[in-house]
Amino acid sequence: MIQEQESIVIKTVARLLVPFIQLFALYVIMHGHSSPGGGFQGGVILAASFILFAVAYGLDEMKRRFSIKALTVLTSVGVFLYAGIGLLCLLLGENFLDYGVLPVIEPRGMGMLGIEIGVGITVMAALISIFHDLLDFE
Amino acid sequence: MENIFGHANYFIYIMLMMIGLYGMMAKKNLVKKLVGMNIFQWSLILFFVSIGAKDGGTIPIVEGAHGHGHGADLLIQASHYVNPLPHVLMLTAIVVGVGTTGVALAVLLNLYKKYKTLDEDEIIGKL
Amino acid sequence: MKFLYLALSVATGGLLIFGALDMPVWGDPNSPANSHVSPHYIEQSFHETEVPNMVTAVLADYRSYDTLGETTVVFTAAICCLFLLRRFRKEDGA
Repeated sequence: MIQEQESIVIKTVARLLVPFIQLFALYVIMHGHSSPGGGFQGGVILAASFILFAVAYGLDEMKRRFSIKALTVLTSVGVFLYAGIGLLCLLLGENFLDYGVLPVIEPRGMGMLGIEIGVGITVMAALISIFHDLLDFE
Repeated sequence: MENIFGHANYFIYIMLMMIGLYGMMAKKNLVKKLVGMNIFQWSLILFFVSIGAKDGGTIPIVEGAHGHGHGADLLIQASHYVNPLPHVLMLTAIVVGVGTTGVALAVLLNLYKKYKTLDEDEIIGKL
Repeated sequence: MKFLYLALSVATGGLLIFGALDMPVWGDPNSPANSHVSPHYIEQSFHETEVPNMVTAVLADYRSYDTLGETTVVFTAAICCLFLLRRFRKEDGA
């Protein structure tokens, strides 16, 4: 179990860095189809920001701000979003995960963005969940 | 000489793989075996990424495509970009490797809780 | 016993080095890996998917069913850790 750090330097630097790391992670996910990045990378960066918070402020404080029950639900929500977009394409009369028929502007890019968001949610929630379970043991 | 320096990347990955293989076979501590397995996995990942390299190639993102839908008449030459396929496969392999490492550590934690040791000989003796 | 393991790994590495001498050299544009399906991905992915990043185009469009499987693997790893390690207490309701 990680306790809260004594040093004010660590706590202040973590508090300053966490929002910017999360903003960068969202940028990496949203621009995954036109610049280096994507769901896997952005999800890992997002998980790293929460792990940095847990290292500086202790695991209990992180659990108070981001409930573990919600994390477990989010892990499956990502896969559900991914498969749901595939099923939506199937219902609209095309093959599974063939985004050409989605009723939005630039359907292929938007379909990819949707599944990248799903991948990002799953990877973020899975990594934080593994981190929490490994530390919270006994 | 060209034969040696042209294949130097493969030699480096094979040496990494030997380190991982030796760690997996010779070490008695199960966590050290896991570290050996990770070194082995990274040698394979580096090997696959290095296969996709091309002389004079840049990153696999289309140049001059501002936004979406523009530049449909863009001429894209295959010799100008590195091979994107190994990057795709290894990108997913890295994340799945993190997942398998997490599950392996969870199993090791449960083993340690039951046997109070991670040495494989002692665990076999206590079975 | 450790010398046996050392000899085994050195022998494996020696065989692999012997085999690697026949691999294409670093950065060869005409190597087998760079000459079958990869030119199609590089030249056609932008026209077919309208996405500049070829890695994302292959990951999320051509091979999206594969990526669905990979995401399921990550999900399964998280669920495995949950069932192996997490304590379910009545008072938490977790």
